[in-house]
Amino acid sequence: MSAAQGENVLDIRGLHIALDGLADAGLVKGLDLTIRPGETHCLVGESGSGKSLTALATMGLLAPVLKCTQGQILLNGEDVLTVSPRRLRRLRATAMSMIFQEPMTALNPVARVGRQIEEVLENHSNLSPRQRKGRVMEMMEAVHLPDIERMYRSYPHQLSGGQRQRIMIAMALIMKPKLLIADEPTTALDVTTQAQILSLVQELREKQGTAVLFITHDMGVVAEIADRVTVLKLGEVMESHPTEQLLRHPRTDYTRDLLQSVPSHVPRPPRPDSGTPEVLRVDGLNKVYVEGGWFTKGRETHAAKDVAFSLKKGRTVGIVGESGSGKSTVARCVMRLIDPTSGRIEIGGTDIATLKPAALKPHRRKFQIVFQDPMRSLNPRIEVGESIIEGPLNFGVSRKAALARARELMQLVGLPASAVDRFPHQFSGGQRQRIAIARALAMEPEVLVADEAVSALDVSVQAQVLRLLAELQDRLGLGILFITHDLGVAAQICDDVIVMKLGEVVEYGPAGRVLASPRHAYTKALIEAAPGRHWDFANFRPFAEETPNAGPHGAAGSAH
Amino acid sequence: MSMATPTPELAAAARADRPSALRKIRDVVLSSPIVLVATVVLVVVVVASVFSPWLAPHDPTRLTPALRLRPPDGTYWLGTDAFGRDLFSRIMVGGQMSLAIGVAAALVAVAAGLVLGLLAGFVRWLDGILMRFVDGLMAIPNILLAIAIVTLWGAGFWTVLFAICLPEIPRVVRLVRSVVLSAREEPYVEAAIAAGSSTFLIMRRHLLPNTVAPLIVQGTYICASAILVEAILSFLGAGINPETPTWGNIMAEGRMLFQINPGIILWPGLVVSLTILSINLVGDAVRDALDPRMAKRGIER
Repeated sequence: MSAAQGENVLDIRGLHIALDGLADAGLVKGLDLTIRPGETHCLVGESGSGKSLTALATMGLLAPVLKCTQGQILLNGEDVLTVSPRRLRRLRATAMSMIFQEPMTALNPVARVGRQIEEVLENHSNLSPRQRKGRVMEMMEAVHLPDIERMYRSYPHQLSGGQRQRIMIAMALIMKPKLLIADEPTTALDVTTQAQILSLVQELREKQGTAVLFITHDMGVVAEIADRVTVLKLGEVMESHPTEQLLRHPRTDYTRDLLQSVPSHVPRPPRPDSGTPEVLRVDGLNKVYVEGGWFTKGRETHAAKDVAFSLKKGRTVGIVGESGSGKSTVARCVMRLIDPTSGRIEIGGTDIATLKPAALKPHRRKFQIVFQDPMRSLNPRIEVGESIIEGPLNFGVSRKAALARARELMQLVGLPASAVDRFPHQFSGGQRQRIAIARALAMEPEVLVADEAVSALDVSVQAQVLRLLAELQDRLGLGILFITHDLGVAAQICDDVIVMKLGEVVEYGPAGRVLASPRHAYTKALIEAAPGRHWDFANFRPFAEETPNAGPHGAAGSAH
Repeated sequence: MSMATPTPELAAAARADRPSALRKIRDVVLSSPIVLVATVVLVVVVVASVFSPWLAPHDPTRLTPALRLRPPDGTYWLGTDAFGRDLFSRIMVGGQMSLAIGVAAALVAVAAGLVLGLLAGFVRWLDGILMRFVDGLMAIPNILLAIAIVTLWGAGFWTVLFAICLPEIPRVVRLVRSVVLSAREEPYVEAAIAAGSSTFLIMRRHLLPNTVAPLIVQGTYICASAILVEAILSFLGAGINPETPTWGNIMAEGRMLFQINPGIILWPGLVVSLTILSINLVGDAVRDALDPRMAKRGIER
């Protein structure tokens, strides 16, 4: 290649990827992308956009059934699509490397992490064992791991998610590659850990001059770290611009919709409390797990400690927190999917916390749940209509009436009535989540528990489902208990917010107050860590540029 | 699922994109030449046994002392036994009892194991009690247990069937329990709990279907193993009454006469081996076809 193009670390030209090499089964259609040294290029898109395929193609890791039918991927001027397998192996690690979403599965669980990093050096350098160890230590220090001597000898399961991702990064960067490909590296991590990893990637990029191809679905992450952004939709490039320009002046409707779907971190204006009756009241709720046998004193884990809150008809209470905070434990206790250790759960005035199964059954109708994973929340073997009417049938509704109601509900959640005769696999994730909501509504509940109900969905679908929930709440007066790790989502739909940490409630109050002027250090840390919180995506500008008259948490935050 | 839906034609259209049962069976049989051969062998053995009263060239019970221990010839294809009975006809008829034991053992063991496994997997307090029984049962060697039972109650079809089934049940229980334990964590099962469904309904509707595929496979193995155990019991003289021809009984009778006419042990032994091998091969093919990880290969990756 000529010297002029030599300055691009990665230069992808007209890349086409297709299933079995069939032109009509195109998964990536004509992608162009260039990255200079020290530049971070974000590839954004929803599921099925082909962003991960592009990364895998660059690494030469595409599954055999997927083929690059056209185009070039030039890494420092060398086309990785045509080089020999041997050369490709040499290029991985030395010229380019990749980090993945799930750091647990990307590391070998039965080898010490220090060894695993060292293995890269063994394969790609001829350093002596002593020098190798020195380099590994250096690298582990560079990714800010604490107590590196101990870390070196640890197994992956002994490390936290963030530490594992640091190990992955150390492994990826130890040969000082020119290009780092990061495929959703922070999606599986908690928000505070995510912030640390993002700043680490930034720091190493600056120090080593590595070019970064960063794949993400999260516009907040984009705003935080990207120099340039390429937006993909179903394998096609929608647009590619410097970050600031893209966020301020998106050219295509698709990008505009994508940006407007991002829930703003500024809480929506509070809804007036119309003094509706209380539908759910939780008092002194505890859930303690005891590990250990008959003879040893068990180790106790307080998954929920003295949790108390109340939910009124037509209102939404959000529980936010990181993994292990106990937010799902509370949801499952309220649903009586697990039995609380102590405390009261009053639904419509009855304490259901200690009711026996038979006595509990008549009350089941009043509280229903929508789960996180739309792929697993419907039985794949039965028609969705059958899933929806299962509850009503248990409560003595006639089959005919229940099915008629199921058809109405389908329309209520925005699906055709005929959908009741189809099977779950015939629907997309967002549609399945609508069906799950319809199933919950079939019981005409007073309380709807949404356990991370929109977390597995693409941001545009997420916005639609949130809108649907808000609409249903208005119409049916549902009380919603909304469990989420996403502060933006919480800010947009909750009236009250509970912040949990390690089983304890650290802050509880109106959403506007808790999220805009947090009192507890942990809440502050959570809000600080949220990527892109300075950016008002829906209005294509940073919050700092709001018109001076509007209050800091005013109308500008109304995304929908 | 067979309940009437208001628009059956729509439901039928929805099902159309799932391959029919017949199509699935054809795909399994044709998955490899070995499976095809195994299927053919199995079909021949089953047809020959089931229709032996009409197909057998001679009466398998007629004694002709004049023609004892004949080597194979044009009339007696595999020769005759110590009482002058036609060996070929006896093997055909003997298959009836052996196959009946095999199929019945598979059905009984799967049915019993399924019920106990569902209970153990879903009813927490029963789990500990049931599983300790299962562990205890598994600690006793199969054949010893079977011989003990037959000795205690005498050798008849039902006793032998029970003796063969009992040691197989723990394996089925464990299999079903493990499937149920993982399926009960699925959100759709929790949603059913939240919908107030009874334990029975949850088991029948949401847990039972998950166990069908592994049970079909386990059933084929039990069938093969039961045929073998029946043959062993008969061979040891602890099986079904020697008057009834079974593959094991025929071999047991031939034991003394091995030096005079080795075919009396060789031929039924060969049929037993081929049948069991074929059943296991078909079972493996079914397992591969039903394993979702196998099915997904090449489509999702």
